[in-house]
Amino acid sequence: MTESNARDLFPGALEMMILESLRRQPAHGYALVQHIQQRSNNLLQVEEGSLYPALQRLLKAKLVKAEWGISSTNRRVRTYQITAAGLRHLEEQISSFERMFDGISLVLNPGRATTS
Amino acid sequence: MNWIPQIFRRHSIYNDLSEEIRLHIEERAEQLMREGMSAKEAEREARRAFGNRTLVEQRSREVWQWPTLESIASDVRLAVRQLRKSPGFTMAAVLTLTLAIGANAVVFGLLDGLVLRPLNVPQAESLYGTHYGDNPTWQSYPNYIDLRDRNRSFEDLAAFNMVLGVGFDTGKDPIAANGFAATGNYFDVLRIHPWLGRLFHASDEHGPNSAPYIVLTYAYWHTRFHDDRGVVGRTVEVDKHPFTIIGVTPPGFQGTIMFLAPDFFMPIVNEEEMGAPSLKTRGTEHALFESLGHLKPGVTPAQAVADVGAVNAYLEKAYPREIVHHDTALSREGLTSFGPAVRAFVAGLMVLSGLILLAACANLGSLFAARAADRSREVALRLALGSSRKRILRGLLTEALVISLAGGAAGLLVSFVLLRRMSVWQPIPGVPLHLPVTPDAMLYVVALGLALLSGFLFGIVPIRQILGANPYEIIKAGSSAGTGRRLTLRDVLLVAQIAICAVLVTSSLVAVRGLERSLHSKFGFDPRDTMTAGVDLATAGYSADKVPAMQRRMIEAMGTIPGVKAVGLVNGYPPLVYTAGNRADVYKEETRELKPRNAAAMPFRYEVSPGYFEAAGTNLLAGRSFTWQDDKGGPAVAVVNSDFAVRMFGSVTGAAGRNYRLQDGTLVQVVGVVEDGKYMSLTELQQPAMFLPFLQSPSSAAYLVVRSKRDPQQLAAAMRRKVRELDAGLPVDTQTWSQMLEVVLFPARVATMALGVLGLMGAMLSITGIFGMAAYSVSTRLRELGIRMALGAAQKEVLHTALGRPFKLLAIGSAAGLALGLLGTRVLAFIVYQATPRDPFVLAGVVVAMALLGLLATWIPAQRALSVNPLILLRED
Repeated sequence: MTESNARDLFPGALEMMILESLRRQPAHGYALVQHIQQRSNNLLQVEEGSLYPALQRLLKAKLVKAEWGISSTNRRVRTYQITAAGLRHLEEQISSFERMFDGISLVLNPGRATTS
Repeated sequence: MNWIPQIFRRHSIYNDLSEEIRLHIEERAEQLMREGMSAKEAEREARRAFGNRTLVEQRSREVWQWPTLESIASDVRLAVRQLRKSPGFTMAAVLTLTLAIGANAVVFGLLDGLVLRPLNVPQAESLYGTHYGDNPTWQSYPNYIDLRDRNRSFEDLAAFNMVLGVGFDTGKDPIAANGFAATGNYFDVLRIHPWLGRLFHASDEHGPNSAPYIVLTYAYWHTRFHDDRGVVGRTVEVDKHPFTIIGVTPPGFQGTIMFLAPDFFMPIVNEEEMGAPSLKTRGTEHALFESLGHLKPGVTPAQAVADVGAVNAYLEKAYPREIVHHDTALSREGLTSFGPAVRAFVAGLMVLSGLILLAACANLGSLFAARAADRSREVALRLALGSSRKRILRGLLTEALVISLAGGAAGLLVSFVLLRRMSVWQPIPGVPLHLPVTPDAMLYVVALGLALLSGFLFGIVPIRQILGANPYEIIKAGSSAGTGRRLTLRDVLLVAQIAICAVLVTSSLVAVRGLERSLHSKFGFDPRDTMTAGVDLATAGYSADKVPAMQRRMIEAMGTIPGVKAVGLVNGYPPLVYTAGNRADVYKEETRELKPRNAAAMPFRYEVSPGYFEAAGTNLLAGRSFTWQDDKGGPAVAVVNSDFAVRMFGSVTGAAGRNYRLQDGTLVQVVGVVEDGKYMSLTELQQPAMFLPFLQSPSSAAYLVVRSKRDPQQLAAAMRRKVRELDAGLPVDTQTWSQMLEVVLFPARVATMALGVLGLMGAMLSITGIFGMAAYSVSTRLRELGIRMALGAAQKEVLHTALGRPFKLLAIGSAAGLALGLLGTRVLAFIVYQATPRDPFVLAGVVVAMALLGLLATWIPAQRALSVNPLILLRED
């Protein structure tokens, strides 16, 4: 299952960011996009729509759950919440991602072990 | 099976998704508007930022979709692969289901077509027929008029009669056709509108023979007139009387009798010129088949019965000589007085086909259980290798599903073909039988539902076996484990199945015996070696005074045919033909007030010629038969059957010379007594009958009865030739008497055929069941058998080891089934004439049949057991 933003992000990256955002605070789709773009200082240009297939995958894997409700701005929204399984999955992913990233950094910049 | 609930959930998932995306874009647009964009710009920008919405939605859906489809496909592929590895099991299971589903679908088709589905007319639910009198055929036209005008329950009341086998001549060729003679308001009462031209109405009737109009049914218009729209206005001849075609009824309308489709309709006022008695006569001479109408809104059937009953009570007072008040009943229009019989028959079939389904389920259950046991090692291995039990069960259930669908589809196909053939079936020449059993969507639903239900039910039989499996034990013990001596579920299922099959075999044998007996029971005449010729002199224009002379010439001409032993003539129809018969009230000599309540008996009435009893093979018990001197000039005489003699005069021997009265007061002297017989139907109780000399009450329509041992075809040809020599323009209808008995034998024949087929299916099912059991028993103990043979066991001992158990089960099941079947035949006796369970032939037949089935089914497994080569076998494992 390839996706259009595979050139920009590696597979699973978007899911990871969604889970991380949701770990801080439950949110609906629109808020998630805003959040990710702001936190990355707009470095990551995520096409808004691509968020939804990722959300469906997370839903199906039961890593998040969704519920219809009313937002603080009084809009009808579908709010996503991370599940216990989602939290576990996120932690695993982050640690394996960090190890991988460290590895890549070491190969690309021998001598410097910092991440930017 | 995760994908099953998902299929149902998916719809709401998709809806949520679309809604969510719509709201997302909306929110973005509002945000942009707050930042100062115009509404239009904002919306465009929001859409751009979101990207390709359709694609996003599709991608999101695929998340749910693809694995689902893929897993169904892979489950099914796996199941099919597994099933192909064991073709024997698959074939047996699919065949079993095909039989069961096929039988049940056909029976459901009958139920649906004959009982559940109302007549194909508007608002059929409020349409009722009035059964007035002993049976619906006993209502005169004046009676109907009174009932129509005096009742307060029906919106309007119509009536009809059947006009069977009349010559329908379009100018080129007269062909026998069948129609309804209906009252003018018939179509208006039924709310039927013309498809073409117009239909007749009450306003068309102006007294006898005033409305020479013909309305064609769509089907007849289509087949005989090839959809020719120019047919309206054309003149045709019906039995040489001119009629004008005025219209065509809409397709789908086939009159008001379920299984009789008429070709045309004519006004009942014109039935008289076709030879029917005058419409003015009150009493039982002229009979309407049935009157019918829609109940007024708010009137219940019970109220209507009371109302019609009150009218009848009034009529009885007003016309005491003609009318006797009988019970009144209403019935749903369509099945007429056959309703109860048809419903009982269909109910009986449903019970039996239900038994077939049960037997099939038992068969499937034991097949699945055997298969699961066979695969226990494979399952254990898979479990040991880490496969989940859920995954294995899912595979098994998918297999059950594939088999159910295959069996269900095959069964449906079979039933479809059978029902199609039934709906165009014309078993009796000259009778427009029409079974409205066209398969419809409901049938598919029922058939597939039954298939899935039975497949699933018995797909889960082995679940316990698998869930309880301990991989370690099974692998350690090897595949031959578990062939203990204790009673298994499989044994119980097999016994149940064999018992059910034995019930079916028993009932079909009982039915066949019953039919055989009714074919050879005493009819009171001998239909063998008897040819009949129907001749209606009225169709050739003979006036009433010329009829007797011409009939006598015909009788004498028949007598000159070489090989003819006796010739006679009977007015109307001979006994037991077309379930037709005339009955008339008779009175004791001393009775003064001749009204129905005082009648001494109501015998069947036949008018016959001299020589008739000899030709019919009816034995004369006392006195004499008729002579040519018993004519209008002579005294009124009669020959009666012995039931009549005993009823009226106390004995057969004392009857000759005694007198009784007819309805019109004529004093009749009994000159002879003949043996009892059957007159209207085979199942009737013994009825009285009287035979009057035909010369004393002549009628133009009569049957010649000719007794001869000559070849029927040659005889018929010779008879037609003789009639042609007398009058070349006289149509003759020759049939053997046995052929004409077809109609009265039809119900018994159909019942026997149905039971025979079901019995055969039961037999096939028990073969597959026993075969499966025996084959399985042999295959699991192959190694043991090999060792026994290597150690020197004799063939007999090997066979005993391998097949003893299946045979024991067969014996238990057959005994149980036989006992149940014999109890059940009490029920059968209601449908099949003379079905009795206390018949050594049936008992022996069932035992022999079941034993033969057992031998047949165990033959192949026995061969396999005997051909075991211990060397090869022991090397294998």
